Amino acid sequence: MSTLTLTQAINAGLRKAMEDDPKVVLMGEDIGTLGGVFRVTDGLMKDFGSHRVIDTPLAESAIIGTAVGLAYRGFRPVCEIQFDGFIYPGFDQIVSQVAKLHMRTHGQVRMPLTIRVPFGGGIGSPEHHSESPEAYFVHTSGLRVISVSNPQDAYTMLRQAIACDDPVLFFEPKRRYHAKGEVDLDADLSCAPAMGASRVVHAGTDVTLVTYGPLVTTALDAAKAAADDGISVEVIDLRSLSPLDYAPLEESVRRTGRLVITHEASETLGLGAEIAAGITERCFNYLEAAPVRVTGFDVPYPPSKLEKHHLPDLDRMLDGVDRVLGRPNSLSGLEG
Amino acid sequence: MRPGGRHPQDAPARSQGPGPGGKSRRRTAVLDATARPGASPQPGIHQLIAADGTSVADEELAPYVADVDDEQLLQLYSDMVTIRRIDVEATALQRQGQLALWPPMLGQEASQVGSLRALDMDDFIFPTYRENGVAYLRGADLAGIMSTWRGSANTGWDPHKFNMATPQIIIGAQTLHATGYAMGLVLDGKEALSIAYLGDGATSQGDVHESMVFAASFQAPVIFFCQNNHWAISEPVGLQAHAPIAGRAPGYGIPSLRVDGNDVLAVLAATRWAAARARSGAGPSFIEAVTYRMGAHTTADDPTRYRGVTELDEWGAKDPIARVKALLQGRGKLDGEAEAGVAARANAMAAELRDGCINMPDPAPMSVFNNVYTTEHAILDRQRDHYERYLAGFAPTDGATLEGSRS
Ligand SMILES: Cc1ncc(C[n+]2csc(CCOP(=O)(O)OP(=O)(O)O)c2C)c(N)n1
Repeated sequence: MSTLTLTQAINAGLRKAMEDDPKVVLMGEDIGTLGGVFRVTDGLMKDFGSHRVIDTPLAESAIIGTAVGLAYRGFRPVCEIQFDGFIYPGFDQIVSQVAKLHMRTHGQVRMPLTIRVPFGGGIGSPEHHSESPEAYFVHTSGLRVISVSNPQDAYTMLRQAIACDDPVLFFEPKRRYHAKGEVDLDADLSCAPAMGASRVVHAGTDVTLVTYGPLVTTALDAAKAAADDGISVEVIDLRSLSPLDYAPLEESVRRTGRLVITHEASETLGLGAEIAAGITERCFNYLEAAPVRVTGFDVPYPPSKLEKHHLPDLDRMLDGVDRVLGRPNSLSGLEG
Repeated sequence: MRPGGRHPQDAPARSQGPGPGGKSRRRTAVLDATARPGASPQPGIHQLIAADGTSVADEELAPYVADVDDEQLLQLYSDMVTIRRIDVEATALQRQGQLALWPPMLGQEASQVGSLRALDMDDFIFPTYRENGVAYLRGADLAGIMSTWRGSANTGWDPHKFNMATPQIIIGAQTLHATGYAMGLVLDGKEALSIAYLGDGATSQGDVHESMVFAASFQAPVIFFCQNNHWAISEPVGLQAHAPIAGRAPGYGIPSLRVDGNDVLAVLAATRWAAARARSGAGPSFIEAVTYRMGAHTTADDPTRYRGVTELDEWGAKDPIARVKALLQGRGKLDGEAEAGVAARANAMAAELRDGCINMPDPAPMSVFNNVYTTEHAILDRQRDHYERYLAGFAPTDGATLEGSRS
């Protein structure tokens, strides 16, 4: 076991994938000499050469579009999008091409692309550097979407993503890049939990709190704070956003009867909406209260001095927990 | 041969076929996009003031600045000194934790001043994030400019008041906006123009190419003003361009000029050339101002990881301010007193900036909901109402801050 930051774990995952398969190539802006603006690819160009760690010109549509061509040619490109807000110039290539080629070609062409996206807020950045665009991709059939929350998952799930023959959007919680954790670098991929599997990260009996990526840590803190008030919160890390793995959620909600979903992305048509609907369909008879969402507001990501209001924090999560429990909360006395 | 048919000799040159032994002669596994032709001497750069402060004769550009007398040159000098002082102050404020981030313009003063001073107030500017000197010279107040970098607001000025759009962070997006604005000017029968600032890295973006196509298609009175400062974060210009950037525009039918971006007179002249074209109905122009980013990309960047120190020395010797200073001093137009005056003005601006920055109030919590829509929006109104109730739950009885945590 090694203690690594999330950044180091992703770096190690990339390194391992490149060692294992010479067809794995990395592409992105500033990923070479600089090692990426977050240093995720630090040292890889030095060790693997500039033909496998490709510093690309500044053009996201071209990064994704040429990766499509490379995939046609049998490569497994791993594209880095520098920040969440810069994925949109490459959006058309992702949703119109990457997502559809396998079906369009009757399964003859595979698109084993991995698109790494540092996402989410909380780091005091200017516009376009703190967005949570995951729902756009979850809404697009043909893509797999995952988000890691800790170094071990980052290491294994990145390797699984690269090995996967479907295109994978790999969302990295940038504000947790420096979070440390134990990583088993020798872990056998075949024994690791499936890339698509959700996981209970804190057991509880009163309320199920579901989240992913950067907010898993906050949700765990909320569970601890709730325990001080005598409330037992079960925290589930989704890990896979598309497809969603409902099994652990269903099992949990059947026991707790109460569901809170939390994410940084805006509320409308966010993952919370999907999960609330999905669980209502699956577990209606077990629910003691309507599912509650604790999310970013339906506003463009605000200037950084305001982001603490936009981002769900521990207190807002606990308020959500109070709401599903019918305890006094910010909306007490209001209907709906 | 059929009439109109093509003679076989007219066929375009074919690429090299397989080499000896039927093996491709192409390199096996090198994508050498990092070859740096941009680093080699670049021909055809127009100049009016040499790096040592002597005048250079350039027949093409000189007529455009024939009216610039020593007094005006002194003003351009003063502009450059002031925006450099602002830049230094802002960098310091970032280091002191007062700004979240700052993109230095150090070294690019001549490009910013020369281009801006060629424009009229009616001309609309579409900047990147680095044109903070341009914004100041346009009249935007310093605290307003800083509010963006402090994280208090997305823009600190009224675009319509200053005819200057908000700082653009999405690389290249503004070139389309500038082109569309210019198309609007034509539709409205106005004589003004628009100008899009962009970097060398931006010229790789599809938006920039599409904007040039539209600008040419509709003969839009737009100026593409590219500051080639040699770096796009860590990527050298040679990665983005294997030939001078100014060479691209003619392929779209847009005339271009390549000028010394550290020469304020040359930049002024080139921008006046482009402006004259736009105003006379001749359509778009492209300027490549060859300059250098002396500082980091932003205060979050570490250029020691990717660039050598000799580059800095090389470009330091081409400093845009030093050369005008030398020129003015050579003509006896910049004595100690005049220089002190310029410095005092710059210092006063720096003090105003510091003051405006550190005394800037944080935006009110509920303003997170402001201006998302122009009229009411039921879902957002509900969220606002709920959040207001939520915050009220923290209101301490002693009337202190709304912020607070129950844990
Ligand atoms: C669409 C998009 N992709 C990536 C970025 C991240 N980014 C910000 S500035 C920059 C380099 C820009 O270089 P250049 O256009 O030469 O302008 P300069 O900053 O040197 O003035 C990059 C890659 C961005 N802002 N927008």
